[in-house]
Amino acid sequence: MSEHLPILIVLCPLVGALVVPLVARVSLRASRALTVVATLSSLACALAALRMVLDGDDWHYHLGGWAPPWGIEYVVDPLGGGMAVVVALLAALVAIYAGPHLRVYTALRGAAFDSLFLLLTSGLLGITLTGDLFNLYVFLEISSLAAYALLASGGERAVVATFRYLLVGTIAATFYLLGLGYLYALTGTLNMADLAIRLATVPPGSAMTVGVVLIVVGLAVKMAVFPLHGWMPDAYTYAPPPVTMFIAAVMSKVSAYALIRVLFFVLPAGDAVDTARAVLSWVAVAGVLAGSILALAQTDVRRMLAYSSIGQMGYVVLGLSIGNAAALTGALLHVVGHAVAKGCLFGAIGSMPRQTVQAEIAGFAGAARRAPLTMAAFTVAALSLVGMPPTAGFFSKWYLLSGALDADVWVFAAVLMVSSLLSAVYFFRVLEQVYFTESPSPPDPGQASGMPPLSWRVVVPVLTLGAAVLLIGLFNGALVTSVIQPALPEF
Amino acid sequence: MFDLLGADRPLAAVLVSLVAAALIRGVGRWAILRESCTFGAGIIKLGLVLSMVPTVLDGGVIESTRLTLIPGVTLHLRADPLGLLFALVASTLWLVTSVYSVGYMRAGRYPHQTGYFANFALCVSATIGLAFAANLLTFFLFYEVLTLATYPLVAHNRTAESRAGARKYLVYTLTAGQALLLAIVWVYSLAPDGEFRPGGMLPAGLPSTTVWGLFGLFVLGVGVKVAIMPLHGWLPVAMVAPTPVSALLHAVAVVKAGAFGILRVVGYVFGLDLLRDIGADTVLATLAAATILFGSLRAFRETHLKRRLAYSTISQLSYIVLGAAVGSVTALAGAMFHIAAHGFMKITLFFCAGAIHTASHRDDVSQLAGIGRQMPITMTAFAFAAAGMAGMPLLPGFISKWNIGLGALSTGQWVWVAVLVTSGLINVSYFFPIVYAAFFRPPHGTVSPERPAMTVPLAATAVAAVLLGVRPDIGVGFYRLAWSAAQSVVGAGIGGSP
Repeated sequence: MSEHLPILIVLCPLVGALVVPLVARVSLRASRALTVVATLSSLACALAALRMVLDGDDWHYHLGGWAPPWGIEYVVDPLGGGMAVVVALLAALVAIYAGPHLRVYTALRGAAFDSLFLLLTSGLLGITLTGDLFNLYVFLEISSLAAYALLASGGERAVVATFRYLLVGTIAATFYLLGLGYLYALTGTLNMADLAIRLATVPPGSAMTVGVVLIVVGLAVKMAVFPLHGWMPDAYTYAPPPVTMFIAAVMSKVSAYALIRVLFFVLPAGDAVDTARAVLSWVAVAGVLAGSILALAQTDVRRMLAYSSIGQMGYVVLGLSIGNAAALTGALLHVVGHAVAKGCLFGAIGSMPRQTVQAEIAGFAGAARRAPLTMAAFTVAALSLVGMPPTAGFFSKWYLLSGALDADVWVFAAVLMVSSLLSAVYFFRVLEQVYFTESPSPPDPGQASGMPPLSWRVVVPVLTLGAAVLLIGLFNGALVTSVIQPALPEF
Repeated sequence: MFDLLGADRPLAAVLVSLVAAALIRGVGRWAILRESCTFGAGIIKLGLVLSMVPTVLDGGVIESTRLTLIPGVTLHLRADPLGLLFALVASTLWLVTSVYSVGYMRAGRYPHQTGYFANFALCVSATIGLAFAANLLTFFLFYEVLTLATYPLVAHNRTAESRAGARKYLVYTLTAGQALLLAIVWVYSLAPDGEFRPGGMLPAGLPSTTVWGLFGLFVLGVGVKVAIMPLHGWLPVAMVAPTPVSALLHAVAVVKAGAFGILRVVGYVFGLDLLRDIGADTVLATLAAATILFGSLRAFRETHLKRRLAYSTISQLSYIVLGAAVGSVTALAGAMFHIAAHGFMKITLFFCAGAIHTASHRDDVSQLAGIGRQMPITMTAFAFAAAGMAGMPLLPGFISKWNIGLGALSTGQWVWVAVLVTSGLINVSYFFPIVYAAFFRPPHGTVSPERPAMTVPLAATAVAAVLLGVRPDIGVGFYRLAWSAAQSVVGAGIGGSP
């Protein structure tokens, strides 16, 4: 069994997605349990695979026994395996977290939700593990389609918001596919490793440039890089809380992973990639600043977090456009740290009462008294995004800064500082409400019944993520030396 | 793995109040248990810090186990003379302030006391951590934790005014934190281990633009906490906090973290020779002198007692900066000793202000006529501490000023002596009228009796201050610690106490 671990990571949620609707006809509880089990077993497989890879060589798994470049290959290396662990971990936690939110759903809707959620998970996991660029496109579409359906399940406004996302996302995927077509025409292969070898011998030319540009633009749009982010705030705001939590945490990170994979492991170093990175760096600067400034202007916390994501993804893009060891370490650590922190933040907000209607900043007055634990996790995650030690966000900023100084690009260092300060402003605006403002209507015992205590299924995932933000920060040294540094391309 | 009672005592001293903070949160419902946590941790911490004194006075250092923070850089705690001096001041005064806090918070029936005591413990933990930090990253870590832990204390009263004060505090300190972070990352790109070394850690032969750039960022970074002149705006505003907070944080932890940071940066990052080479020492000394005079003058004009004390703090802290900038052994020793001297004197003054507020709800200096007869212990302590501030001989302020002045003279910078003397005169002119009115004017109105929970701590710090002035080496050897730190920085021979 263990020789099939790489495919099991993807298969667990995929099979789950097919079985869940059938089980739900018998019992919704059983189908819920199945969802959690599917994601947890996927997490276990991913951890086991990553462990074996870290002890030895990269793991090349040939699907159906067909050797590449003809067959499809799955590759577990520290980069992809690490990413798979992050995705599977978030999926497992969100699967648990979703329970209380699904209580109001009918059995059929609940099952549809779980099925789509598992499909999304398996699509994202597939992206992280595949060694084939076309297979990556397939998984990109699987995950996107599942994401559209999930995002749209939040009501009428969600449908409109998701439609925008669908348009942008489809165009982005098409860009990617077109670019891939160019590369295929140049080399006749779709396998990443094979493509990397063959592209190195292809003389630079316009076909190559067009291919690179199309792929990079496609993936960048999927990451919601500024200024192609328009769909995101609405989509995050109107979707059901567990959906926002999961998608905000991992979806853009997986696209970032794909971009890093393509830029540093597939495309040959040369003018086309250098130009792409140079352009990306200024896009990132604009994104970091615009995201932070727009976040300041929001009064709905979910929109604020969405804009903050745009800024934070800018950090990642900045890291990979600087492209030296320290900056890439920072970018990868930030992918992990931000995924965990954003999941925590949206999870904490999703546990607020009446939050599907609105999540105005003023509505957070006195929240620390009502939900001290989730708000503590919220605070830790917020501090991580501001970049305060000893959270994960501080250390990724540290690596990014030292990468920027190594490369002598002071502008980027300055941008990171300014963005930290802006994020401090918008997060402390919320924290001040949470901790230092009394709620307008003090919860009197008579009304308390209207606000049931938070279920452990909500509290535990949020707390886990909050603790993870701290632990990733404190033990980032171990994480960097054992997973991230082996994951870096050779310089 | 850890030897918390041996080599890992610096780490243990940090952890004690960190654990206490968690415990206080846990048992917050029961005030007695909660306060026992505070006192227990305070006593254990003081014991740990005291136990390190003999080794360090004998010229040794105590190094904790290193924990990897990022590859190549560890969380590294080390008790050296300067760090131990600061840790001693902080842990002694934490204990005293805890007693006072219980009295003050209960007398004023302040809400949210659990959060208050927990954050207080967190602040002290961070202070000890940055005192013992052996490299820049460790220092920064605790420096920022201190900023964050202080924020809720400043905002404690939850009024619009206190929230605004806390916001201003954050804007100043977080901005400074970013400058400091940039400076530190920059240093790590030049000196990869970033360890504090007496006499400087930077490699030789750096271009002067780099040194100036680093110097500017560092001064901005730690200068906000030490409230050097254009960066002082947060300090008077942060006085909206409850008085014990002002006392510990604005006489001991936060501002002293800044002053300590200046000493570390000047003596252990750059080294005085490097700063003299580019002329940065004069710039720093000028900034400090301007702040000393400006702070004293503003204190003179201020009539709200706590705000007057705040401006006095701004002025007094720059004595330390001035001493660091003058940079001879004598001046450095004076500056380092002033951490302790100012700590004990200023905390007494704040305690007095708080006691007066609790007993009479008076905050303005014009309302204090005759209060010395109604609150004799409080105002006597106030008088001694105020005289110490002005630099009266036999009080600790005199010793630090004398040394800084001597140092300035020995390097031919008599202008700084003039600054010190002028500031002393202004000090007299804004403290003396308070004392005079309190004792020799007839009282008006009644005040509630003095509370032992407040008078005992303030009398204790006042007595300690006097003892420190008469015998600066009494007990734990603050003065010897300061001298041995100063000598290690300048590299002079051992044993030359005057």
